[in-house]
Amino acid sequence: MGAGGAGLRCALELSQHNYSVAVLSKLFPVRSHTGAAQGGVGAALGNEEPDSPEWHFFDTVKGSDYLGDQDAIEIMCEDAVEAILELEHFGLPFSRTPDGKIAQRPFGGHTKNFGEAPVKRACYAADRTGHMILHTLFEQCVKNEVRFFNEFYVLDLIMDGDICQGVVAYDLATGDIHVFQAKATMLATGGHGRAFSVTSNAHTYTGDGMAICFRRGIPMEDMEFVQFHPTGMRKLGILISEAARGEGGILRNREDIENIGSGKDGFMGAIAPTVKDLAPRDVIARAMYNEIVEGRGIEGSGDTGSDYLYLDLVHLGAEIVNERLPDISHFARTYLAVEPIKEPIPVQPTTHYAMGGIPTDIEGRVLWDAKNKVVPGLYAAGEVACVSVHGANRLGTNSLLDIVVFGRRGGKDMVRYLGEAEFGRIKGEPDEFLRGEIDRLQNGGGTEKVVDLRPEMQNVMMVNSGVFRSKDSLTKARDTILELRQRYQKVGVQDKSAYFNTELVEAIELGFLLDSAWMIAESALHRTESRGAHSREDYPERDDEKWLKHTFIHYEADGKVKFAYKPVTITKFQPKPRVY
Amino acid sequence: MQVTVEIFRYDPDTDKSRFDTFVKEVDPKDRVLDVMMAIKDEDDGTIAFRKSCAHGVCGSDAMEINGLNRLACQVLVQDLKSKRIRIQPIRGMKVLRDLVVDMEPFFAGLESVKPFLIPKEPAPAAERYQSIADRAIFDDTTKCIMCGSCTTSCPSFWTNGAYVGPAAFVKAHRFIFDSRDGGNEFRLGILDDKDGLWRCHSIFNCTDACPREIHITKAIGDLKRYTVVHR
Ligand SMILES: Cc1cc2nc3c(=O)[nH]c(=O)nc-3n(C[C@H](O)[C@H](O)[C@H](O)COP(=O)(O)OP(=O)(O)OC[C@H]3O[C@@H](n4cnc5c(N)ncnc54)[C@H](O)[C@@H]3O)c2cc1C
Ligand code: FES
Repeated sequence: MGAGGAGLRCALELSQHNYSVAVLSKLFPVRSHTGAAQGGVGAALGNEEPDSPEWHFFDTVKGSDYLGDQDAIEIMCEDAVEAILELEHFGLPFSRTPDGKIAQRPFGGHTKNFGEAPVKRACYAADRTGHMILHTLFEQCVKNEVRFFNEFYVLDLIMDGDICQGVVAYDLATGDIHVFQAKATMLATGGHGRAFSVTSNAHTYTGDGMAICFRRGIPMEDMEFVQFHPTGMRKLGILISEAARGEGGILRNREDIENIGSGKDGFMGAIAPTVKDLAPRDVIARAMYNEIVEGRGIEGSGDTGSDYLYLDLVHLGAEIVNERLPDISHFARTYLAVEPIKEPIPVQPTTHYAMGGIPTDIEGRVLWDAKNKVVPGLYAAGEVACVSVHGANRLGTNSLLDIVVFGRRGGKDMVRYLGEAEFGRIKGEPDEFLRGEIDRLQNGGGTEKVVDLRPEMQNVMMVNSGVFRSKDSLTKARDTILELRQRYQKVGVQDKSAYFNTELVEAIELGFLLDSAWMIAESALHRTESRGAHSREDYPERDDEKWLKHTFIHYEADGKVKFAYKPVTITKFQPKPRVY
Repeated sequence: MQVTVEIFRYDPDTDKSRFDTFVKEVDPKDRVLDVMMAIKDEDDGTIAFRKSCAHGVCGSDAMEINGLNRLACQVLVQDLKSKRIRIQPIRGMKVLRDLVVDMEPFFAGLESVKPFLIPKEPAPAAERYQSIADRAIFDDTTKCIMCGSCTTSCPSFWTNGAYVGPAAFVKAHRFIFDSRDGGNEFRLGILDDKDGLWRCHSIFNCTDACPREIHITKAIGDLKRYTVVHR
């Protein structure tokens, strides 16, 4: 399920072993959100300057605020080098160094020698790295004749007791419902950014995979951790990649406007003296909110919803901006009418990435509980999954890495599993639930509308479950979401057609998003500490004694959840205060 | 500002088509996609169109807007310099419903040019080296997002659906001029054919239509020259 980087990498692995693979995707593969990724993919190749997987490992652990599982992180950083070389062998057109190797650039939180100074670790292809990864993997799947079912929406799992036997999918073109029986199923459906009003994520980023599992009794891990990226284009949320700061871009407040184009330090210079504007995203997003609240936003209004800051690329010059950051300069010109060579870009934090998701082990196998009981036949990888390599805060470039490393590992373990598993017999009517749901939405006479519920959800999440949170704000978010979930039961759609019924699909996606929003708010309310991207105003400190553990949220009954905990795997790096 | 939006409708159940007209109050900085979503949300939920990224990188929403192929998410209302916005499906493809066309034949056409690296040499232990200059030769054509804007703006394609079309040439260019690739014997036959390169009469519609600003007609010229030399 899913034809982004993770899904395609997995399918490719299976096709190399001559298994019959079906890739179901609600979008044509090349429309997947991996294609939007800009800046780079992390691997300690050491092409530009000395680097080591161990430094990458350390940075990722520290970036995760020590919540990432160190066995998984170590594997990811070690596998990284091979995974990136393999992409090059598949034909990925990386940008090059003068001696013809894969080019690398600095990125937030990536350092040399355990935090000494920024290091060039992000392998890139201009500012379209994700686009190139997506297309290259798709090309290889075409070469291996992988079978695609495009615009098939997976809406349910088929479970026989504990075992997954495949999925139920809705064919957008015809309105038909199909049952896909499979020995092994991989969910690679991406994140849930559309639960928030300002986001860098696509309209289709609706957390489908997470909700589908949650409804079937599978818990979700660390859902409170949602990344807010510092530099979204003002109001629109469209991303300006961290690569812009990797190339030397500087954030500026209203007191700093005269320094535009000078290359002098901005406000981050004082907050993170070693890495400055290349501090991890959680650190910068919080700093930006503080600047705005204290009246140093560009407008000076103090309103974190509407005020903004500047991203200054002016001192970089036309050549760097046009050659290394062509797409994002184009976005600034198209959507903001800003010429980044001459003027600063107005930015504000934007909802970007789901650190939490479907719990898996390091082979991509989905877990039934915090005690590592595996769901036979079910795998997950990519943004939908939580291994956990990102812990409380993901470093830039580590998601593109995650999708290729764990897409591949998951694929390999599926090959192993396929050798021993039996095709079961599907019992009952696996499509019954889905048919009922579609019938209710189309013919139930519901009077509530998606267009009313969706913005309410997105706004309440943005304001109350955003960069800063508290018991009061999160209680409000949770209660509003529960109320919206009640109202969702009365949603009706106008469109009764069987063909390309996008209104129906949006209604189903809203249902999924309401599940994610609920899990995020409940989990955030539950975790009474601040760690990584989860900043509680009422609990401003990290509390390792009580909270150095993963949360697993389980569905109990409507409006009711329960929590379980899993210890963090710590192998090499003991938790320390996180200073940059 | 107020705009009048005319949207092409096709109902597969009745096999009938028409234009529906909506008058909307919009911000000149709205994307056409925003306006269409507002219409869908507020006026008529049954309008079908594709969308995803909303900032011109996924290629979902190519459509004909005021006579030109554009991504709806990449055109602002103010760019159109008109109070009337007329939206139709991209041409030459089978319309499935409203603005949704059948893209499967388009993707199949792309596949015909073997759009994947056919390595010249087996992979070394490290990466294959490529100079900055060699990488630059095909940079432009790596930008393609397969939205179909180019192919469906081409009069040669409208008159002959068998024509391989500009998008496939862009893809072919991306590999033929990649110093790591050695698979041209498999590609040249498809290009050097009556339904291949020679149907291109340099009308430049494709270049105008490309939302990624790829110099498509130039890429096709490169391919024509290459084909003649390497026949
Ligand atoms: C603007 C932007 C820039 C980024 N830049 C970087 C970067 O520079 N470096 C980095 O490391 N990370 C970056 N990221 C993050 C990274 O791109 C994503 O986390 C990653 O690509 C997710 O890949 P994926 O394979 O998990 O999912 P996706 O690529 O999103 O694929 C999801 C797939 O699932 C399918 N799908 C979803 N739901 C269903 C369903 N119900 N039924 C069937 N199919 C379904 C979709 O069709 C799609 O094919 C960026 C993200 C954004 C938004
Ligand atoms: S919606 Fe992705 S290109 Fe327009």
